Amino acid sequence: MLTLKVNGRSHQVDVEPDTPLLWVLRDTLGFTGTKYGCGISVCGACTVHMNGAPIRACVTPVSSAAGQTITTIEGLQGKVGHAVQTAWEKLDVVQCGYCQSGQIMGAVALLSQTPKPTDSDIDAAMAGNLCRCATYQRIRAAIHEASKQLA
Amino acid sequence: METIRIENESRRQFLKASAGLTLAVYLPLGLAATDKSAAAKTVLEPNAFVRIGADNTVTVVVKHLEMGQGTYTGLPTLLAEELDAAWSQIHVEAAPADGKRYNNLLMGPMQLTGGSTAMANSFEQMRRAGATARAMLVAAAAQRWKVAPESITIREGVVMHAASHRKASFGQLTEAAAALPVPAAGSIKLKDPKDFVYIGKQAPRKDSKPKINGSAIYTQDIRLPGMLVALVAHPPRFGAKVKSFDASRAKAVKGVTDVVEIPSGVAVLAGDFWSAKKGRDALSVVWDESAAMKLGSTELEAQYRALLEQPGAVARQDGDAANALKSASKRISADFHFPYLAHATMEPMNCVVQLSADGCEIWNGEQSQTMDQNAVAAVLGMKPEQVKINMLYAGGSFGRRASTTADYIVEAVHIAKAIKGRAPVKLVWTREDDMRAGYYRPMFLHRVSAGLDAQGKLVAWQQRLVGQSIAAGTALEGFVVKNGVDNTSVEGASNLPYAVANITVDLHSPKSGVPVLWWRSVGSSHTAFSTETIIDELAQAAGRDPVEFRRDLLAKHPRHLGVLELAAQKAGWGKPLAPAPAGEAKERRGRGIAVHESFHTFVAQVAEVTVKADGSYSVDRVVCAVDCGIAVNPDVIRAQMEGGIGFGLTAAMHGAITLKDGMVEQSSYIDYPLLRMDEMPKIEVHIVASSEKPTGVGEPGTPVIAPAVANALFAATGQRLRKLPLRVAPGAGPA
Repeated sequence: MLTLKVNGRSHQVDVEPDTPLLWVLRDTLGFTGTKYGCGISVCGACTVHMNGAPIRACVTPVSSAAGQTITTIEGLQGKVGHAVQTAWEKLDVVQCGYCQSGQIMGAVALLSQTPKPTDSDIDAAMAGNLCRCATYQRIRAAIHEASKQLA
Repeated sequence: METIRIENESRRQFLKASAGLTLAVYLPLGLAATDKSAAAKTVLEPNAFVRIGADNTVTVVVKHLEMGQGTYTGLPTLLAEELDAAWSQIHVEAAPADGKRYNNLLMGPMQLTGGSTAMANSFEQMRRAGATARAMLVAAAAQRWKVAPESITIREGVVMHAASHRKASFGQLTEAAAALPVPAAGSIKLKDPKDFVYIGKQAPRKDSKPKINGSAIYTQDIRLPGMLVALVAHPPRFGAKVKSFDASRAKAVKGVTDVVEIPSGVAVLAGDFWSAKKGRDALSVVWDESAAMKLGSTELEAQYRALLEQPGAVARQDGDAANALKSASKRISADFHFPYLAHATMEPMNCVVQLSADGCEIWNGEQSQTMDQNAVAAVLGMKPEQVKINMLYAGGSFGRRASTTADYIVEAVHIAKAIKGRAPVKLVWTREDDMRAGYYRPMFLHRVSAGLDAQGKLVAWQQRLVGQSIAAGTALEGFVVKNGVDNTSVEGASNLPYAVANITVDLHSPKSGVPVLWWRSVGSSHTAFSTETIIDELAQAAGRDPVEFRRDLLAKHPRHLGVLELAAQKAGWGKPLAPAPAGEAKERRGRGIAVHESFHTFVAQVAEVTVKADGSYSVDRVVCAVDCGIAVNPDVIRAQMEGGIGFGLTAAMHGAITLKDGMVEQSSYIDYPLLRMDEMPKIEVHIVASSEKPTGVGEPGTPVIAPAVANALFAATGQRLRKLPLRVAPGAGPA
């Protein structure tokens, strides 16, 4: 039995310790906003925060997440999270939407570290988040927009 | 279990209604409750597309799949326009599978989302649906206030009688309106376009909020009580079958409940994904490969090359191209190679199935309802109407979910059948399964030979295409294949718009065991490339500017001309490009243009590229002009052009599925890379003002970018690239 702290609540989970955090979040706890895209940390759809830093839940064994503070899209709160989601909505970034939870978690982590990112900061931070609909231009604009709102 | 309807946007309500850890388990009940309460409030329902509740909500039923292209915004825009509803009171609901009420009007009795037809076939239908509801609300208000209907106006959901200062919401009138007869179709008048308040203006996406807070429900997110997750071991080669398998190690994995053979492989079921995956990894299967496809891409290409030398089925013949070519002053001939391509949707294929004694219920990012109902019914020995389909958001499709064989849906049904319907089943393909199990944009080879006369006029065009038919052997064959020509193989080539008196386009459709399917823009995904790069070569051979050369040949095609001129003007065509940044003397820059019509929408793009000495290149800027008739949602159109260009760039710069000994060599985004943030150009989209009926925008942005980039790479390097993805040889070229 492991204790997971997700979105401000503690959960006891009875799973194999090598189970990726992604599947515990989705299948055991029902936080399905975090998506499965590749399972090998090359697409970013499963990005969540562990102690505020972005991680790929698909390759993070649940045992290593035990006791840490995990935040998923469902639990995103605070000034930066709000600014990012507001900018995403204002610019109508989404298309199919499947990657967007991961994109937003990535953007929030970036802006928390770097409140005024340049285009190359954005490229560096977001290049691991794939979007097959190629909403990249709007993601970039929305990150700048959120940065402006936070200033 | 009682029948329920999934509403993507109702997740929030259900989240509120359910608590903590158990939320997923109670999904169907939560939704059922939501649905019932919605039904209780429903008062006015004049047709299959709109319900207006006493609580003032307007529920718009959308028959097409929302896969990112914006149909959950576009179709409600039409209805809201004629209803004069407030945008905020519009709620979107997925239509059930019902070919009688929700067929695609351009596809006869079929309910299908595809061919960029959602807007085109719904433009009148949704407006009439809204106008009908509006007429009933107006009649109810007129009766209540004892005034003439003509004296009543509606603005943003408020019904008004100006002279007496009386007002009512829709909700206050629905009960009275519902008691009135639905007006005859002939009495319904649609708005004059000058009075539009939403069409051509800003209507924010209806799917934005649930997709940014994690509440949007995709197939991957469905959880039903007792549901099992299934992974399937597919054969490594197409056409192979299970010979035998040893399930003992798989069954020893904790959580694995069943290991069953199905026609497409062996399925391993467990209560959750990870246990099912471990179980599948532990499975050993011996395959019968006697009927398997064992060729590689190289062997297939050799077969196709031989076919390039022989005449094929004729798709178009005007004049005598062979003779005209012989007497031409200048001739150009080039062969093109287009690889297999994967759709590679972010959400891998998946499907949820629940069997009961009297039917089958499916949850899916559903793109092809009537064909899928037929395919599932055939497996189960049921009637198609016994197959209930819940259409969910799709995490991308690009054609993949409009499968001609309902492949992954049928696979899920076979699994549910194999466990005798004991539990609901969610079939999940891993990324690797998705990359390797098909279906693909078919590999194509083209040969184009064209000739100019002494004055540089285009006098001859011969084009031969070799590639698998998507429609042959499917239920759509009669619809798409005529005289041995699958129109989806030659579209974009057989309707070449350029003025040429002598033209032949012919086609070989070799069979191979590789499963193929429509891929965003279908035939145009290859034909736009060969036609638009050869035109560029011809312009060069004639000593003409590529825009001028096209302009002369498009005199009878004003809409092609319109986008060509607009893109060229906005891109500053003819003005010098800014040089590569200082200190990067070996970088070469170039600009290229392409124009193409697909799905009755016209697109021109100008691409600007920078090429480094090692041959690597970036696409820096793209200026796109689009004419899709009346621009219903300009921002959705811009988004589809941006996304279509990004999708096309993945194919232009990276995409190739290859086979070796019959096995697909790629497995994931590592060896089938997608365009990334740092590779995305700056894109400007310009929309041609038009009063023509609207046409689709999901696909037409995609095929134009690769030829625009290839022409730009030529301008930068002098290299003509004819094989996709585009690889520039290192070394010198024109500065």
